[in-house]
Amino acid sequence: MKTFVTTFLSSLLVFASGTALAAGELNLFNWGNYTNPKLIEKFEKEHGVKVTITDYDSNETALAKVRAGGHGFDLAVPSHSHLPIWISEGLLANPRVDQMENFKHVSEQWRNPDWDPGRQYSAPWQWGSVGVVVDTSVYDGDINTAAIVLDPPQELIGKINVAPEMLDVIHTTVLYVGGEVCTTDKAVLRKVRDKLVEAKPKWKSMDYGIIEKFAGRDLAASLYWNGAAFRARLKNPDVRYGYPREGYSLWADAVVLLKDAKNVDNAKKFLNFIMAPENAALISEFARYANSIDGSEKYMPPDMATANEIIVPDEFKSAGQFYPTCPPAAQKMYTAIWTELQK
Amino acid sequence: MASVSPYSNAPVLDLEALARRREVKTNVLLTVPALTVLVAAASGPLLIMLIFSFLTPGDYGGVKWELSFDAWFQVVLHRDIFDDTISLADAHLSILWRSVKLSFLTTLVAFILGFPTAYFIATRPPETRNIWLFLVTIPFWTNLLIRTFAILEIIRNQGVINSALLGMGLIDAPLDMLYTDIAILLGMTYVYIPLMILPIYASMERLDFRLVEAGYDLYASRWKVLKRIILPLVKPGVIAGSILVFIPSLGAYVTPRVLGGGKNLMLGNLIELQFGQGRNWPLGAALSLTLLVIVMFALIFYVRSAQRETH
Amino acid sequence: MAVARQKPFVIRHMPGFPTLAIVCFFALYMPLVPLVIYSFNAGNNIALWEGISFRWYVAAWDNELVKAAAVRSLVVASFASFFATILATMAALGTTRTRAYRGQTTIYALINQPLMVPEIVTAVALLILFAMIKEATGYHGYAYLIIAHTAFCIPFAYLPIRARLEGMDKTLETAAADLYARPWPTFRRVTLPLMLPGIFAGAMLAFVISLDDVVITEFVKSAGQDTLPTYMLGQLRRVITPEINAISSVLLLISVILVTLIFFLSRNKTA
Repeated sequence: MKTFVTTFLSSLLVFASGTALAAGELNLFNWGNYTNPKLIEKFEKEHGVKVTITDYDSNETALAKVRAGGHGFDLAVPSHSHLPIWISEGLLANPRVDQMENFKHVSEQWRNPDWDPGRQYSAPWQWGSVGVVVDTSVYDGDINTAAIVLDPPQELIGKINVAPEMLDVIHTTVLYVGGEVCTTDKAVLRKVRDKLVEAKPKWKSMDYGIIEKFAGRDLAASLYWNGAAFRARLKNPDVRYGYPREGYSLWADAVVLLKDAKNVDNAKKFLNFIMAPENAALISEFARYANSIDGSEKYMPPDMATANEIIVPDEFKSAGQFYPTCPPAAQKMYTAIWTELQK
Repeated sequence: MASVSPYSNAPVLDLEALARRREVKTNVLLTVPALTVLVAAASGPLLIMLIFSFLTPGDYGGVKWELSFDAWFQVVLHRDIFDDTISLADAHLSILWRSVKLSFLTTLVAFILGFPTAYFIATRPPETRNIWLFLVTIPFWTNLLIRTFAILEIIRNQGVINSALLGMGLIDAPLDMLYTDIAILLGMTYVYIPLMILPIYASMERLDFRLVEAGYDLYASRWKVLKRIILPLVKPGVIAGSILVFIPSLGAYVTPRVLGGGKNLMLGNLIELQFGQGRNWPLGAALSLTLLVIVMFALIFYVRSAQRETH
Repeated sequence: MAVARQKPFVIRHMPGFPTLAIVCFFALYMPLVPLVIYSFNAGNNIALWEGISFRWYVAAWDNELVKAAAVRSLVVASFASFFATILATMAALGTTRTRAYRGQTTIYALINQPLMVPEIVTAVALLILFAMIKEATGYHGYAYLIIAHTAFCIPFAYLPIRARLEGMDKTLETAAADLYARPWPTFRRVTLPLMLPGIFAGAMLAFVISLDDVVITEFVKSAGQDTLPTYMLGQLRRVITPEINAISSVLLLISVILVTLIFFLSRNKTA
């Protein structure tokens, strides 16, 4: 009780004085539970900088807050789909990531992504895919298809979850019915709508948090992200992750420097810092997704280096693509379908 | 008011009018600080939303400064994306209906459980009442999300309720409660029940039991006393409690999302969608202003008719 | 029970009410059981039991982020409920037991307005407004959060206080005034003590409502101002660890200690 009162009072003092005292500061705006405290500790020690982390829960919230201004952040971690918007709306400064000392560690395939040509603006954080998670003790057929959730086999009906992410669901369905991502072709979208409306009664939920439900065998299949599938397999050895051969989405989160950042030098140090293999490994070790840094594998937990969820098998590599945020015309139609689906 | 005839008793009246005006002035002054904060940080900023509702959605969230009535059009009418036919926005209507239905049931259940609880607390010895009251709010020191997850833990197939019912042999197979409207109803009742108990308690705490006694002296039954004497006396609390439960339930977001499994939208989720992944801020603004107007009229009507009954 | 039944007639008793009240209290506390149990989970999931350990208490204690967020939640809630209760009390005095005056309905509607729009709407509007102020003044402190919380807490404090006032008649105050008591002493000695249960109920509601707020806080917070709910919201798409259960259990413990303290203090006073 006494310690609580002291903490309470001292925090009041911090309230009064406004900001904490530190030689150097850095304000990182990142997804919740995504930043390894060890990584931050290491950076603070090496550079004598006090890092403050603030969380967000979605790309839309992050974009809205940064666009409104007056936020006080130096660095943010948008997804690749939103990064071009941040650039085109003039929210970012250009720290020339490609000229930083540790850029040499970035894998060849990540040096010139479509969403950040020449990789001047963003340092890689993590990347992953949207696929299907299946409990093979319930269904042991082919799992490398989106049919698992869209035309589910009898065994899985009523035990399916779908991540409540509009674009991931629509993209998966568009690819499944043979269309192109961000299409406005009405014939294709009609098929998408019909497919989703037909499939939805066979689903149990559209929710986050699947790991415990696979472990408790409440769920037998889900459209979800690979890192969670990996964690689910560690709890339930029958769980497998499938890469839909009709096509699936890849995503990447990357660290960017904001235009109105106050601590530019420290921010640049951080961008360079996270491209070092041993530091990138710390990022992956915590959130369990792949990074884009060569040589980080040897610092990573051994179970990750061989995981089929993290390392995409060669035969499925070509089916995975990074998709941009769709233009407004397509977006509007997708929202209409999404609303109708959940009415 | 200024012209005063020397032969009338007007000067006396004038004094009274003066006192009345002074009273009203004091009363209005008393509300000024609260209104200032509200206008600064709640109602005032809504003007931004009013403006937004007449603008064009920005390509990636936000708004473009071009006048447009599309958002208001979309609130009630739906243009089919496939054949461009215009019809009533049945998606919005069915979401509104589901929200109203669930909020009403939540209020009802909260009242059925909350009223006896408030009565129970109000009839404890005076020095222990605050403790009981505190006991009602203690669970709410934990955060909403974790509390909702705790309820999920209780109602899922292997959860406490099903295990208990199975163990007692009352059911053969687990009840599938999770991800149903029942789950949302249970969750919202749990989250909002203090909002029912506390106001009812506040107006019941000084209930004059001599009136109750008089009722019994006239051979009224328990039920009659409850209905004819106690309920009218604590009506202000019941009104306050049902407002505090019903209206926030309409816009609830977290509980339906977690316990309903997200398969069906409620109003709160629909509006959130427009500000989030839907990237249609003007529609979100128009939808919420529509909700505001409906609720405002319903509230004023409800309070007025409830008060009229009492007097 | 047998003794109770022999009593002629208990006026205050309503058959079934104590049972329902007990059901209600039971329902209020039942979900806390798994919450507290999982805070001792050895595994890293809030719904998957893997044996007993204290690791999440240790983790929470070592995690500056979550500790700061918890304290921040309490501080913001204390300030916001304090201000909201005072403002709501004044507003309730100004709108009840008075001759009807023009604008009364408008005032009533304005006070309750925060209830009527989903949080996200107020949140986005405040984001835009406060961002302008933040850019203009360069001030990023806690005042924004406290003002925003105070505003939406006002109706939650106002309605119980108003309900209380409506049940009070003015005879005592009139009697005091007849005895030439000045308005302020009359208020302090007569009105305020009578209102106290309402104020207490209102303040408690405001406090827990502020403690629970996610969406408005998420949009209003500046750098380094995560509260416990926003900290947890950020985890929703990833893994929610029992660390939150540990923190919540500690908060529960603190509230129980507070109740016990109040109980003993009030008992000493009456004794």
